[in-house]
Amino acid sequence: MTKTLKINKSTEQGVLEFLKFLLESDKVNGVFILKKINGDEAVAYSLVANPEDLKDAVPFYPLMPVNAGKLLSRFTLKGSTKKPVVAVVKPCELRGFVELIKREQGNLENLFIISSTCGGVYPTKMSVDRTIEKNLSKYWDAVKRGESPSDLRDACRACEEFIPYMADITVDLIGKSDIDKQCTMFLNTKRGEELAKDMKGEFSEKELDRKKLDEICERRGVEKKKLFDEIDAKMKGMEGLINIFGRCIGCHGCMRVCPICYCKLCEFESPNSEYAPSDYESELGKRGAIRVPPGTIYYQLGRMTHIGISCVACGSCDDVCPVDIPISIIFKRVGESVQKLFKYVPGKDVEEKIPLITFEKEEFTEVEE
Amino acid sequence: MEKDKEFMPRILAFLCNWCSYAGADLAGTSRIKYPSSILPIRVMCSSRVDPLFVIRAYLNGADGVLIAGCHPGDCHYDKGNYYTRRRFAMLKKIMGEVGLESDRLRLSWISASEGPRYAKTAIDFTEKIKKIGKNTAKNEIFL
Repeated sequence: MTKTLKINKSTEQGVLEFLKFLLESDKVNGVFILKKINGDEAVAYSLVANPEDLKDAVPFYPLMPVNAGKLLSRFTLKGSTKKPVVAVVKPCELRGFVELIKREQGNLENLFIISSTCGGVYPTKMSVDRTIEKNLSKYWDAVKRGESPSDLRDACRACEEFIPYMADITVDLIGKSDIDKQCTMFLNTKRGEELAKDMKGEFSEKELDRKKLDEICERRGVEKKKLFDEIDAKMKGMEGLINIFGRCIGCHGCMRVCPICYCKLCEFESPNSEYAPSDYESELGKRGAIRVPPGTIYYQLGRMTHIGISCVACGSCDDVCPVDIPISIIFKRVGESVQKLFKYVPGKDVEEKIPLITFEKEEFTEVEE
Repeated sequence: MEKDKEFMPRILAFLCNWCSYAGADLAGTSRIKYPSSILPIRVMCSSRVDPLFVIRAYLNGADGVLIAGCHPGDCHYDKGNYYTRRRFAMLKKIMGEVGLESDRLRLSWISASEGPRYAKTAIDFTEKIKKIGKNTAKNEIFL
């Protein structure tokens, strides 16, 4: 059983009350949270120290402007703050952050994490079109029923990892019909329990309603299969790859927003990936013609080997792709197959090693010849 | 004439300095015959082979890529080849998932004393690649 804290307010209000309490009682020095920009439909992750400034905070807004894992990594890269900070993030953002910590790109010291069961987010394009606000009531109705609106990110509709790992506090959100009236928080860790101490509310012990969550997971699994089948039908061999990735303009936006890609100098932007005139000549001699610059398939396959093992399928890459390549589903598809190979769930446990930097002496003998 | 038409694959072989390269050397000094299809590249350890090298070779039209290193437990750097094996398993999986011919990749353990084994690996792999045929990535323009 897990300790819980129940507050008789809407889930969002309850969490905001709680954050206010944490700031006012000096338990934390700051809150890392999604905040509306001047009441507009745009939101940005912000650090808030003044309880008053929480008024525009929208912890569960269905939008992920940037994967917060990447932001928390930048926040903690050079060490931790002296006083604790609490961050409210989505499960895949937390998983991305954990994967970055494993790559020594951040740490959890003096950082409390609040996350929730997640209903998914809309593509950022909808914040540009200003169509999120009018969809909000539809979104929350669907979340209460544990369903996914069809215009969510593909990666979200196909997401089966919507229960956070490694969160100090988990907010019960999806498939819960009374989120307008009640706020239930699960205090998963000792740290989480200490945080909630002295907060006004009802403390008890409970478990997440696994049965209901399993049903949601099953529904999303069906959606996932549909999306995977679509991709599989297209992604057949070199011809399929060229058909899918041929329209890539090489902006490398997918790499820049990816919470796993962190290299300061990316191999694909380094001189290693530049073609000299003599390289073009040799390519021409061999092929008769060559795309300029070459390297689209190389970049995509290369990135699969680099991040496939840790892809948390947040869908940020889809959001930024200017030519609408369904990158997130492709990477989720390939990533999951690799993760399954190593029985690895990225972002599940910060102590677990990335499979490629560890080994067992007796394994994979089937790949040797 | 007939002989010219026969397809001779071009196979890129990454050989580890301490075992497989010495094994290839031994095959040579022992005058064991093996096909000229192999283009060896010496690396200090099989784990030096970045999956990107293999992908680049494949896209540039290599008909096969062989990675060879010390037998498990014999790595000069203690455990490099274990990492190689994991990376290789991952790469093979990824290539298979996107529908590329992962059969064109091979991982073998060949020690410094195994000249005949090196020759046999070269012969077997060449035969296998001959059966699979040419790598058509060589002709692709929009890579």
